[in-house]
Amino acid sequence: MAEFNLKVNKKEYKVDVDPSTPMLWVLRDHLNLVGTKFGCGIAQCGACTILLDGFAVRSCITFVDSVGDKEITTIEGLSENGDHPLQQAWIEHDVPQCGYCQSGQIMNAAGLLKANPHPTDEEIESAMNGNICRCGTYTRIKKAIKTAANSQ
Amino acid sequence: MTIVKTQLNRRSFIKSSLLTGGGLVIGFNWLAAACSTNTSKPQAIPDEWFEINGYLKIGENGVVTIMSPNPEIGQNVKTSMPMIVAEELDVDWKNVLVEQAPLDTAIFNRQLAGGSDSIKQSWNGLRIAGASARKMLKDAAAKKWNVPVDEITTELGVLYHKNSGKKAGYGEVASAAAQLTVPKEVELKDLKDFKIIGTSKKNVDGQKIVTGQPLFGLDYKKEGMLIAMIVHPPAFGMKLKSFDATDAKARPGVKDVFQIKIFNDDYKPQWCDTTSFTELVAVVGNSTWEVMSAREYLKVEWETFADHKLAVAGWGADQIISVPGGLESTADHNSKMTDAAAKPGKIERRDGNPEDAFKKAAKVIERTYTAPFLAHTPMEPMNFFAEVTADKAVLVGPIQSPEFMEKTLAARLGLPLEKIDIQMTRMGGGFGRRLYGHFMVEAALISQKMNAPVKLIYSREDEITFGIYRPAYHAVYRAALDANNNLTAFHVKMGGVPENALHANRFPAGALDNYLAESWAIESNISVGAMRAPGSNFNAVAEQSFLDEVAEAMGKDPIQLRLDLLKRAKEKPVGERNDYDAARYAGVLELVRDKSGWGTDATKKNRGVAAYFCHSSYVANVLDIELVNDEPVVQKVYAAIDCGIVVNPDAAINMTEGSIVDGIGQAMYGELTFSKGQPDQNNFDSYRLIRHMEAPKEIEVHFVENEIDPTGLGEPPYPPVMGALANALYKATGKRLYNQPFSKSS
Repeated sequence: MAEFNLKVNKKEYKVDVDPSTPMLWVLRDHLNLVGTKFGCGIAQCGACTILLDGFAVRSCITFVDSVGDKEITTIEGLSENGDHPLQQAWIEHDVPQCGYCQSGQIMNAAGLLKANPHPTDEEIESAMNGNICRCGTYTRIKKAIKTAANSQ
Repeated sequence: MTIVKTQLNRRSFIKSSLLTGGGLVIGFNWLAAACSTNTSKPQAIPDEWFEINGYLKIGENGVVTIMSPNPEIGQNVKTSMPMIVAEELDVDWKNVLVEQAPLDTAIFNRQLAGGSDSIKQSWNGLRIAGASARKMLKDAAAKKWNVPVDEITTELGVLYHKNSGKKAGYGEVASAAAQLTVPKEVELKDLKDFKIIGTSKKNVDGQKIVTGQPLFGLDYKKEGMLIAMIVHPPAFGMKLKSFDATDAKARPGVKDVFQIKIFNDDYKPQWCDTTSFTELVAVVGNSTWEVMSAREYLKVEWETFADHKLAVAGWGADQIISVPGGLESTADHNSKMTDAAAKPGKIERRDGNPEDAFKKAAKVIERTYTAPFLAHTPMEPMNFFAEVTADKAVLVGPIQSPEFMEKTLAARLGLPLEKIDIQMTRMGGGFGRRLYGHFMVEAALISQKMNAPVKLIYSREDEITFGIYRPAYHAVYRAALDANNNLTAFHVKMGGVPENALHANRFPAGALDNYLAESWAIESNISVGAMRAPGSNFNAVAEQSFLDEVAEAMGKDPIQLRLDLLKRAKEKPVGERNDYDAARYAGVLELVRDKSGWGTDATKKNRGVAAYFCHSSYVANVLDIELVNDEPVVQKVYAAIDCGIVVNPDAAINMTEGSIVDGIGQAMYGELTFSKGQPDQNNFDSYRLIRHMEAPKEIEVHFVENEIDPTGLGEPPYPPVMGALANALYKATGKRLYNQPFSKSS
């Protein structure tokens, strides 16, 4: 066990955990932020996606001792009032079915739009390919990303 | 307007002692807190709630909370079932809040997610629930205004007495209405007066989902809760021999390690009880990562078991089933299936004289189709919360079959049903996997042993290797053509490990004078369970691609062949038990032909068509493939659907899109194989699911408009698209595909 100072959603936290603990479990079990989801544990499904200094990463393989003072953004911190353009677009297109993968999809899309504000369809598909949606909402996700991109 | 009697559904209107005050669900405070914020149009939460019946309560300000009775797996019954109540209650949808109901057999019928049947089975009950509340509100207003109740009308949550100009919002009379007795008769609206049903409403949990609010079983927390994980045998055909927990127990954060046994010796398992892995080792600790890490230090020995018999509770009477010993491999399964297919099967249906027709045929087409075991892999891994004390058990989590699992829990824990409280969280997918609630029993036993609240979590590997798979299937289809290329006989012989996919009374049975359907099965100790459209999820592909080959041999358009057969089935059906309505089946084929420009759009070179009827709804697909750098890409899929009245159109389209993506993915990539009883795949690096890049670029959905009572969409749009895919791939590549996953053979 060791102490780590973390910056999550613009707040400072102190946790006492094993250094090998993935950020996924630090967030869910120790910081009570359960929006970031567990799907596979081996960075194959994308459900655990968070932003690290604005870049999308898989928190299931991002160990707490590798984060340092980088800014972590989770789905809960994407916007103050749940009104980020991606969140609004997700509602406009009524994207979710079960909803479990959607935090990861939105965070990955946020990383994409930060790096590439007006992606083509192919760029969206490629950037999002690491995020599985078992319910098959891929066509809606793509439409929502384009709506969010066009609104900015 | 229709008048219906409420007697048959009287128990729906018992005021439940569970639903008192504002706390609808015991100890579920975090969810109640999440529910009161972040709706897309924020509501002023009432100071007081008045419970009108078990389905709904009304606040003094007119805000209505409607309980959604059925488990939510992403099929969005949590929106559509309350819509039906709200329609007959006659309120404005923007004043409606929705909460998930707990298991409560006194109030709700059939709280099950399965069979695509939620809306179909509850359509009348939900309408009556809304209508009876509306009647009670009218009665209360009539009393208050001292006028005849027949002179009172309602509109969108307001009561009117036109003659005197009096009006009152529902909230103003809710308190009085809550005191009245349940009416014996209620009026149901005419379809033409629907204001909510048939309009698209957003997912009631949408805002919570996109902001990461706690919703799923895996998110549930309680003060003092411990985390548990189990270890199950690594292979089917094995059981627990012994274990050494010394090192595991010494790991940080670990509280205990012990064995659990899922069933008592005298218990007869129900359909939802899995019997392959019943003795497990549990690791319990403070946090997920600590337990996951500690589990690596557990030393477990397994041993094989011999052939044996098992007494199970069948439907009606107890049954004895045979469980073979041995460590099975896919190569064994395949050779056993090939051998079995060459022998006569069990005749399930025989019309006319098929043997004679085949003997006399000018041409016989025979094709063999196969598909592997599949794992459900819903995105949320298995999990459940349990808090078991001496006289009570509280369980919270994702379960599709709570009413059935309650019985298993009662038997295992030695508690009466009334002392078992089951609350359903939103589920991160089901697909049938969460019908089998072994994880509830495991969580309960661990909590009981620890004398503490426990959340049990499965890793993805735990889940994929646990079992309850879609079986492996094998089918041989034969068609006889006479000298004029007429189809004179049809023969299907279906088998599988450990079950076959045959539905003997489905199309084209009933459309042909000479028809033979046979079945066989190979015993196995690998556990299987219902997966989205059981049976149909294979036989639709085989049948619909076979019909395509038959049409080609006959020189006929594939849609025309089906329509001709359906015309025969409608006008002069063969046999009596034909499990489809030929006119409705033809209707979806005609609609998809029309909307896709089938036969008229010359730019579409690589098109496949298929249609299927299952779980009460009819679906036809046309699928277009384009070759991009010589690789087939699914460009567009058209779906034409007859599911009766469509309650929530955009949600119905979403379900259809999802089914289409799922179908393409399973047919192209899904495969679970075995080596010496052990699954060869255990996570998404080895078990392949369809991803963004492989999904169709475009999906277009059309519904047949009619006034038939609604039927479901969770399953029906999933099987036929796989047939359309196979048929389109043939056009694109010149190669017929017979063995799934298609990505391996194309």
